[in-house]
Amino acid sequence: MILSFPACFHYFSCKIGDFGIIDSRTCMNKIVAKTYFSESVVKLVVDAPRIAKSRRAGHFVIVRTGEKGERIPLTIADADMDQGTITLVIQKVGVTSARLCSLEAGDFITDVVGPLGKPTHIGKVGTVLASGGGVGVAPLLPIVEAFKKAGNKLITVLAARTKELIILEDQMRRHSDEVIIMTDDGSYGKKGLVTQGMEEVIAREKIDLAVTVGPAIMMKYASLLTGKYNIPTVASLNTLMMDGTGMCGACRVTVDGKTQFVCVDGPEFDAHKVDFDEMLLRLDAYKSAETEAYEKYLESHIKA
Amino acid sequence: MEDRKAYLKKEREQEWRVELRGKMKNRERTELDRVVMSEQDPGVRNRNFTEVNRGLTAEQAITEASRCLDCVNPTCITGCPVEINIPKFIKKIEAGEFMEAAKVLKETNTLPAVCGRVCPQEVQCEQACFYTQKLKKPAVAIGYLERFAADYEQQSGKISVPEILSRKGRRVASIGSGPAGLAFAGDMAKMGYDVTVFEALHEIGGVLKYGIPEFRLPNKIVDVEIDILKKMGVKFVTNFVVGKTATMKDLKQEGFEAFLVGSGAGLPNFMHIPGENYIGIYSSNEYLTRVNLMHAADPDYDTPMISGKKVAVIGGGNTAMDSVRTSKRLGADRSMIIYRRSIEEMPARVEEIKHAREEGIEFLNLHNPVEYFADDRGRVNRMRVQKMELGAPDASGRRRPIPIEGSEYEIDVDMVVVSVGVSPNPLIPGSMKQLDVTKWGTIHVDPDTMQTSIPEMFAGGDIVRGGATVILAMGDGRKAATAMDHYLNGN
Ligand SMILES: Cc1cc2nc3c(=O)[nH]c(=O)nc-3n(C[C@H](O)[C@H](O)[C@H](O)COP(=O)(O)OP(=O)(O)OC[C@H]3O[C@@H](n4cnc5c(N)ncnc54)[C@H](O)[C@@H]3O)c2cc1C
Ligand code: FES
Repeated sequence: MILSFPACFHYFSCKIGDFGIIDSRTCMNKIVAKTYFSESVVKLVVDAPRIAKSRRAGHFVIVRTGEKGERIPLTIADADMDQGTITLVIQKVGVTSARLCSLEAGDFITDVVGPLGKPTHIGKVGTVLASGGGVGVAPLLPIVEAFKKAGNKLITVLAARTKELIILEDQMRRHSDEVIIMTDDGSYGKKGLVTQGMEEVIAREKIDLAVTVGPAIMMKYASLLTGKYNIPTVASLNTLMMDGTGMCGACRVTVDGKTQFVCVDGPEFDAHKVDFDEMLLRLDAYKSAETEAYEKYLESHIKA
Repeated sequence: MEDRKAYLKKEREQEWRVELRGKMKNRERTELDRVVMSEQDPGVRNRNFTEVNRGLTAEQAITEASRCLDCVNPTCITGCPVEINIPKFIKKIEAGEFMEAAKVLKETNTLPAVCGRVCPQEVQCEQACFYTQKLKKPAVAIGYLERFAADYEQQSGKISVPEILSRKGRRVASIGSGPAGLAFAGDMAKMGYDVTVFEALHEIGGVLKYGIPEFRLPNKIVDVEIDILKKMGVKFVTNFVVGKTATMKDLKQEGFEAFLVGSGAGLPNFMHIPGENYIGIYSSNEYLTRVNLMHAADPDYDTPMISGKKVAVIGGGNTAMDSVRTSKRLGADRSMIIYRRSIEEMPARVEEIKHAREEGIEFLNLHNPVEYFADDRGRVNRMRVQKMELGAPDASGRRRPIPIEGSEYEIDVDMVVVSVGVSPNPLIPGSMKQLDVTKWGTIHVDPDTMQTSIPEMFAGGDIVRGGATVILAMGDGRKAATAMDHYLNGN
């Protein structure tokens, strides 16, 4: 049987099951829609029917733009099997993300491969406290959605520096029983850090599971907090990657004293066992001393 | 076996070969010196990525070919994992019929231009050569001659596309585009199957592309072979991870009847010693992939990398040699091999070790790393090593290295490449519960057919053997193709 995906058919007159038209790039990876969440956060809906069909919450793809581009991981924020599309949310942080953000509907992404990683272990546990920071909110969305579908109560804390960086709020509200917004500058929701929002909830009711996705530094502190209250916690790690198939070890982290490869053993791990300090160092492997200094400044700001 | 012997005998009795043998006395032949391969000057080549070996001239090749005695009992063939008819192709060279020589190679070797460059001939055909065995003289340079004939064909522009038997309209797939997958695809296409090769990365070729560097195996040599496969109708799908992008079950539903798993030994091993995750410590897979596949050393490309000035490479295999020689080419002042046994035990090809030494690579043999240290930003800056001595032989027959108490000392480094072997890629085995795997994680196969515990699934190359060689992977791919054809025809 040959499967044909209407979306792909429609746009490029080629059937996905038909490997007769070969270079897989020619009939896939087309950007079908682009939306700005903020000046520096972009949502791309990409034609990738195979991936749309196979992906589960927690999966990611590796993307490369241009023949001279680097390979970077991006979590699949959403997928539409009927349309054969996946949704990626990208924050401009470096060369590659900036280039991706500059692509328009109708453009192609040179390479998209996936879905990679282990899917989130979804079950009915009771009350789930989800926390997402910055662009980490995008990968958190499918996880929240899946836990909600599995019959859990969902309380979601979204955090960002300032109002315009809070993304996907409506979608989160759709799948959460309660959404708490925290901004560093108090321009929206409550003023304070993600951990303050979380602690409020923990003080108020019993939490059975915490899920945290965001910058490593945020996950570190979220994890320290839940550790204090003995709440089982899952973190989705966003290390540097290259192949995404376990071949290189660029993505390695220490979990429970053992080296693990985030791309194949993760991306989700028991947050209380992750060596976040090592991960933070490794994330800065290619940062120049200058950008590092700037980030340090930002970090101290988060901790303060 | 007997058939094969009789065939070889008949071939040897052909008129042209008898005549050629009569042209020169064996004594004269054995008095010729083994050809010396022309190489780039070590002091120049350790600053560039151009191929080190420059190949033989036609004249050199003919002279070298005339050293071959065209033995009654050609032991060299038994030393070749794919049993190339070695005397025949060499005699074709001696006769000046280079295209014909290439044809002989291609009867059993799908990738002669590759194998002529990377096969460990000194432990295979050349080891079994009459010169080595009986005359105690340097063997006929079979590898150089193989490369010569294959390159001649590639450069002639008249490279032949193998004939395809009537198309069967039956679909089969290879998972992975390394030598196992490419050889399999070639044979199946010849038999008339509709072959698709799925590759996880964005480039075709497996280790031939992302692992072995340009100065040893130029990419264009591999691309010529891939182009021929394309001309034969083989389809390549990149960015496709079987087991993830689609499962084997999905592919079966789409009409694929049988599969070859040639997914390689993807997972790099680490030593699990303190400090191994500091910045600047790479697996050799990561280091070589950054340089070869992602072109990280070229400022025009986006992929970053650390370019070490004081580089330590841990290990003694081909991968370690490739890494250390790459680091030198990228401007290291000091590039060191740190290996826990002595040079005699090194698994790397003899030629690679020789080339490395000429290029100024330091060898710290009988040394083992015990710990790494870093600055406050987590960047490796020192390592602690321990000296070793050799004890009694272990299970592998090699003498076991034993640490010498109190011999530890420190070395300044700013980049380390860990090259201590790879483990089988668990992606495919992990996605198929019914598949029989060994305790090492390799896929279990019937050695005669390469068939796995799932009847329509065959496997070959590093995923079956752990880390092996190009020629063995290729041989597996061909064996699997023959067996798969039988299987699909109900035999
Ligand atoms: C640096 C280096 C130097 C070497 N030097 C030599 C040498 O000089 N001589 C020699 O004989 N041997 C050498 N070897 C060993 C030799 O390269 C290997 O034995 C050989 O390449 C194995 O071939 P293979 O086809 O099994 O797999 P590979 O060449 O490893 O190819 C496997 C391919 O499958 C792909 N893949 C994996 N999983 C999937 C999946 N699920 N779906 C789709 N695709 C998938 C991988 O991305 C990869 O491209 C060297 C190896 C290295 C790393
Ligand atoms: S990204 Fe290469 S092993 Fe994980």
